[in-house]
Amino acid sequence: MLRTLKLAMVLVCAAMLPLPAAAQAIKLGELNSYKTFPAFLEPYKKGMDLAVEEINRSGGLLQRSVELVVRDDNGNPGDAVRVAEELLAREKVDVLMGTFSSAVGLAVADFAKQRRFIFLASEPLTDKIVWENGNRYTFRLRPSTYMQTAMLVAEAAKLGKRRWAIVYPDYEYGKSATAAFRQLMTAQQSATIEFLEFPAPLGKIDAGPVVQAMADARPDAIFSSLFAADLAKFVREGELRGLFRDQAVFNLLGGEPEYLDPLKDEAPVGWYVTGYPWSAIATSEHKRFLDAYRAKYQDYPRQGSVVGYSIVMTAAAAIRKAGSTDTEKLVAAMQGLVVDTPFGRISYRAIDHQSTMGAYVGRIAVKDGKGVMIDWRYANGADYLPADDWVRAHRPAD
Amino acid sequence: MTLSAFLIQLLNGLAGASSLFLVSVGLSLTFGVTRVVNFAHGSLMMLGAYIAYSLIAGLGGGAAGYWAAVALSALAVAGVGVLIERFLLRRLYGAPELLQLTATFGVVLIVKDVVLALWGPEDLLGPRAPGFSGSVNILGSAVPQYDLLLIALGPLVLFLLTWLLRTTRWGILVRAASEDREMTAALGVNQAWLFSGVFFLGALLAGLAGALQLPREPANLNMDLAVIAEVFVVTVVGGLGSIPGAFIAALIIGVAKALCIAIGELAVFGVVLSFPKLTLVAEFIVMAIVLALRPWGLFGRPPALPRPSEQRELLRPPGRPLHVIAAAALIFMALLPLFADEYTLVLLTDISIFALFAASLHFMMGPGGMPSFGHAAYFGLSAYAAALLARTLPMESALLIAPLFAGLAALVYGWFCVRLSGVYLAMLTLAFAQITWSIAFQWDAVTGGSNGLTGVWPAQWLSSRRAYYWLTLTAAAIAILALWRIIFSPFGYALRGVRDSPLRAAAIGIDPRATQWAGFTIAGLFAGIAGALYAFSKGSISPETLSIPRSIDALVMVLLGGLQTLVGPVLGAAVLTSLQDSIVRHTEFWRATVGAVVIALVLFFPDGLAGIVQRMGVRGRHPT
Repeated sequence: MLRTLKLAMVLVCAAMLPLPAAAQAIKLGELNSYKTFPAFLEPYKKGMDLAVEEINRSGGLLQRSVELVVRDDNGNPGDAVRVAEELLAREKVDVLMGTFSSAVGLAVADFAKQRRFIFLASEPLTDKIVWENGNRYTFRLRPSTYMQTAMLVAEAAKLGKRRWAIVYPDYEYGKSATAAFRQLMTAQQSATIEFLEFPAPLGKIDAGPVVQAMADARPDAIFSSLFAADLAKFVREGELRGLFRDQAVFNLLGGEPEYLDPLKDEAPVGWYVTGYPWSAIATSEHKRFLDAYRAKYQDYPRQGSVVGYSIVMTAAAAIRKAGSTDTEKLVAAMQGLVVDTPFGRISYRAIDHQSTMGAYVGRIAVKDGKGVMIDWRYANGADYLPADDWVRAHRPAD
Repeated sequence: MTLSAFLIQLLNGLAGASSLFLVSVGLSLTFGVTRVVNFAHGSLMMLGAYIAYSLIAGLGGGAAGYWAAVALSALAVAGVGVLIERFLLRRLYGAPELLQLTATFGVVLIVKDVVLALWGPEDLLGPRAPGFSGSVNILGSAVPQYDLLLIALGPLVLFLLTWLLRTTRWGILVRAASEDREMTAALGVNQAWLFSGVFFLGALLAGLAGALQLPREPANLNMDLAVIAEVFVVTVVGGLGSIPGAFIAALIIGVAKALCIAIGELAVFGVVLSFPKLTLVAEFIVMAIVLALRPWGLFGRPPALPRPSEQRELLRPPGRPLHVIAAAALIFMALLPLFADEYTLVLLTDISIFALFAASLHFMMGPGGMPSFGHAAYFGLSAYAAALLARTLPMESALLIAPLFAGLAALVYGWFCVRLSGVYLAMLTLAFAQITWSIAFQWDAVTGGSNGLTGVWPAQWLSSRRAYYWLTLTAAAIAILALWRIIFSPFGYALRGVRDSPLRAAAIGIDPRATQWAGFTIAGLFAGIAGALYAFSKGSISPETLSIPRSIDALVMVLLGGLQTLVGPVLGAAVLTSLQDSIVRHTEFWRATVGAVVIALVLFFPDGLAGIVQRMGVRGRHPT
């Protein structure tokens, strides 16, 4: 009896020992607000899975297979830090990546700095994550609020409008977009410009009164950073109340399928937006991605799919270049790292750890009862970043 | 602003008010009769919007199909409401007050996941309402026809409900039950049927409101939580169970919001005030003012003199078995870092902090008899204070001083709150919490706005997971023991005396208000200790630490654990936190699973988890 017990204990202990390192997969630890922002993050997850599948099919990394460890951060920074602790301490992941909202992104970035561990921020758009709050261990993939605003300003400045109404969700993203827009417009145009601001609580815009107040202000043009349900409410009320008649309207992110598709045939024709015209991009790298994505999911990719796919490819490229999964070596490899994405070749700037991924800028049209982007061009992120001196002045030294 | 612009904005405000009234009136009805704090009311509304979207598409075009779809979706949601009442809430009417709240919290989580699974993640914008798809010109502005329809619908529903409640036999019984449940039951009225009927009507109205919202807003997954707080505010500002009250309250809030937006930025004495930013908390400011002036809302009446509460067992100092168990558990937890993995320590740090947070809320709700829906105010305030103090002071001093700010806030807020009782008190705590939250959310220069503050790490000697765990464990254990000690001090007995019979307590020389005020402040102070520990354990803080979900979590922990026990909140915190932690990892539908487990726990252990412990024989000392 006692012997059996001893044997059982030995077996249990053996089962608990870690497997030999050679057999172990490289673990990419991903945390995101899957249940809080599912419209963006479900396609995002599909993009990641596709990328991991492709990498493993072509032999993995460093002769090891790649595995995703995905966690939900419940959309709040406190839980996100706990989940990040779990990924590091229990799952022993090799790379930390993900996050959606600015608050969570900044919290995890600071955590990465404290624990000295590499963190690839995929989606948070806040400018602070690479500038004011930038740190040695954090890198960001998506073009930031500032960059995407700058892409639209390039078009907006051409119109020479003097009186701008700005409507925005009243939190980090909307405020940064507004600040960037004002600053860039003022710098571009020599004539004085008037800006009228219309903040609205995130997710709870009172569209009727807001549209009415904007109409009463009689602006020459409109700049909006609304998205999701707020955008749909704004579009519908604005159309009903005739706010957009003969009006130039700019909407950050308005061309992303996540936010454009729900509008269906009511997509506001003529608006200038940043987004992702997935059906019309003809480059070979995008076509390959599009075909693979459709074959795997029988669905078209969204903006989130591209971000999810590209963040995994970023991690893969960094590990390949470093030849190791050691954090310090990865951080070194990330400086100037070149990655091939569905949007073409991008690189991670050594100066501020921002990638040069861009966005598509164009105008909205309705085709076959659906909103699409027309007259679009790819705006390379590298062209919409501030001067190096400015970056040095605003980013803390490592 | 021209006069015509002002009038048009007033019209917009009326449309918003009508839409708000339609969502709220169902809750006002069920709340008034059953006293169930139904968190799932917003979920029912969301369900109405989604079902309407599918039915409108399914029934094809045309006005007949459209309006039939609206009616059918209201009925479908009414069916869901009856199911919730029949199979969940009915089992809980006898349970301790507010336990139904925990059950409906579970329903919220389940509905959200079910909707996501059935309808997918993308927002669904419905078609415009046939016959009301355009706009009409009023005073030179285009006003949507649908807004005018809503403006008419609000008073119509008010009229129909008033008629129903005033003249029909069913309505008279409902009103009787709102006045006095026990007496109505004693007179032979079948309460079960009455409650089912009320729930049917309440859910019907929620579903209708959701369906009617569709031309104004796409069906989306955030609808439930976006409206629920506002709906409670309307119900309470109007006065519990008062339908006309809810109408007036919706009117005030709807118009106030529209006017805030209309006014825009205004310079007052050289300071630029942005009124549109106020819409973030307009309803809570209205509520705080109304409740400060009228403790039972606009049209509510003070409840008839409370009957001596149901015989509950006097909470006694823990007996030896509990001492032994508690000591053993503490020693075990203190030794844990020697063999547990690092993440276990992180999780236990969280659990210790939440246990203290829940214990402080329990102190206020159980022995204090003051329910709070806004306890996160003190947790978060102290977390912010800690983060800000740590910029200039050593981390250790910041940790010690920060809770005092929470205590100070509780002292101020408490002065207003202890004037009220029951749900009104709870809602006023929520109002203060939301106002605090909105300040943190918008004051970029000091609080970092929606981003919050980063770089809030502990001092070098505490920076390892193990060291910080020991610190948290020690601090939380000492604080929780101190709370228990206070409960059995003369002050604690006075607090409980005031809870059970304010009149008798006053007669023997205890000042009820002062006693409750002190209790309120102590609860805030101890929540502050938890908040400061939390800030340094995460390295960053954000407005989320002050938010409604944070308050609700604490509430669920306390109620899960058992309100009338000592170890309840600790158990509740441990169970809920580890549940969330483990389930998230194992299933895609973790939210629904957590919801289902919470509901199961509530149904099987209506006295709370600590009830099990008691049944196992660990009882208090009995005088023999």
